[in-house]
Amino acid sequence: MNQVKKWLGIVWILLGPFAILYLIKTAAGEIGKSPDTNTIIQWAVFVIIFLPIAIGMVIFGYYSLKGEYDHLPVNSKEI
Amino acid sequence: MTQVSASKTIWQVIAASSVGTLIEWYDFYIFGSLATVIADQFFPKENPTAALLSTLATFAAGFIVRPFGALVFGRLGDLIGRKYTFLLTLILMGGSTFAIGLVPGYATIGFAAPLLVLLLRLVQGLALGGEYGGAATYVAEHAPVNRRGYYTSWIQTTATLGLFFSLGVILITRHFLAPDLETSIKRFNDWGWRIPFWVSILLVGVSIYIRLRMNESPLFAQLKSEGKVSKNPLKESFGHKANLKMVLLALFGATMGQGVVWYTGQFYAQSFLENVCRINFDQSRTILIWGILFATPFFVVFGGWSDKIGRKWIMLIGMLVAICSYQFIFKQMLTLTQPTGKTELTDHRKFIGEKTELIPKQKTTTDSVHKSIWEVHYSDGAVFHEVKVDSLFKDPARAAVTKQFTYYDEKKVDTWTYRKLIGWVFVLILYVTMVYGPIAAFLVELFPTRIRYTSMSLPYHIGNGVFGGLTPFIATLLTTIHLSDKLSGLWYTIIIGAVCFIIGAIYISNRIDPDVND
Repeated sequence: MNQVKKWLGIVWILLGPFAILYLIKTAAGEIGKSPDTNTIIQWAVFVIIFLPIAIGMVIFGYYSLKGEYDHLPVNSKEI
Repeated sequence: MTQVSASKTIWQVIAASSVGTLIEWYDFYIFGSLATVIADQFFPKENPTAALLSTLATFAAGFIVRPFGALVFGRLGDLIGRKYTFLLTLILMGGSTFAIGLVPGYATIGFAAPLLVLLLRLVQGLALGGEYGGAATYVAEHAPVNRRGYYTSWIQTTATLGLFFSLGVILITRHFLAPDLETSIKRFNDWGWRIPFWVSILLVGVSIYIRLRMNESPLFAQLKSEGKVSKNPLKESFGHKANLKMVLLALFGATMGQGVVWYTGQFYAQSFLENVCRINFDQSRTILIWGILFATPFFVVFGGWSDKIGRKWIMLIGMLVAICSYQFIFKQMLTLTQPTGKTELTDHRKFIGEKTELIPKQKTTTDSVHKSIWEVHYSDGAVFHEVKVDSLFKDPARAAVTKQFTYYDEKKVDTWTYRKLIGWVFVLILYVTMVYGPIAAFLVELFPTRIRYTSMSLPYHIGNGVFGGLTPFIATLLTTIHLSDKLSGLWYTIIIGAVCFIIGAIYISNRIDPDVND
């Protein structure tokens, strides 16, 4: 299972930037269709909110790849 | 302490925490449930700046501010204690809700009105971000080891019951402001919408009284007496790899999927019934009210069960079953509310009226749509409004290719269909109880006492506020992008839920922490 976690780490590292690129591409298309202020604000909010989350996903993937999740802490002394 | 007094204490703790949290959810939901009425009062559509503020009020409070509230109040909770922090969030939430009910409309004070409402909505979002983590931590730190899931699940019922009460108060107020319904609704839209906001101050007063009488969490009090309270909870929570990896795991392996399942089951379901199935205001809300009423006890059932078999698989199976069956359930709800197969009672057909509206976003004012509305009765007791639409273009070339079409609106479904819809909504909320019932215990057990409030609040509010809170909006947006597929909005929930299920199944442990005192 630990090997699966490590390989999946690569997937999570790629998923973060892929999700943001997809979001930006969709946002650009939708703003192009209806370029009023509200549409721009809504899509800008989406991108701004999801950007740090996508970075979090990359960090999660990196930790996974490095084997940080091979053993989960069983008490607070391990944290 | 004897067993009886310990049991009495834990129920007092649950009551004090739950009532306050329920009121906070009530306060938060009434703004959303009355969004259309509030928009008319404070955010006139013809004014672009006011419309912009409306967008910010909707988005900023629910989605951006909640995680910030989690950071601000989580930190406070780990520094000064759980009791006073969630007392503060309650006062902020109650005060801002009451104040929204007092703000004069745009017609009276102009731009100050939407600005004040936006400001108060931001305070609401911040307060909500700080409340839940405190209440869940407070209960969990009082609960015995083998009953932590059961006792914290009472806190989990409050989010759903808060929605239940907000819908109930709104429906009652809307119906009882005048002897006849039409006048009552008119009064409600004029000024009666303020009443649900004012009700909040009474509830908050009672809750503050109860909470003031409670003691600090015993685990936090012990930490404080030993001088072991965290000096910098934010740094310890997110600056240290060992804890940050658990925060990320909690977010991507649990709260992200739980948030989308929750918001799909309760909020998108209501939006779907009202805007896609086009069921009338009262029925769409009472269907949800009944669904909530029948399903709510299962929060406690699954919370208690998680003490025996672990939290992980109850949450993940709920998530899996939900994402596998959403397409089927929402398709059933859509099919049930179509006129296909119904027999019309033609002699009951009644002309309601007609209106001509300008085509939205049309630069010129020459093109418009004409709508004629008929009330159609069916043999099974259902009553729909049939809307016949005809486009009126000035340009004859465009007029030649324009088609007329008919749609059905303001549907009042028959009793049997109504019951079936309640059944489907019940199933959707049952999924919510599976993913949400055990999650407080799961999050509490993941983090150490000294930084628990901060560490669990952030993944919870990103999962629920951002991933969950955006669900109805993104789902609706997807249906406007993919017009031919009315169920396309569900793909957001299904994809997020699937990713979360994979991460949760592979990375999360099913172990129940025997000791949250460390």
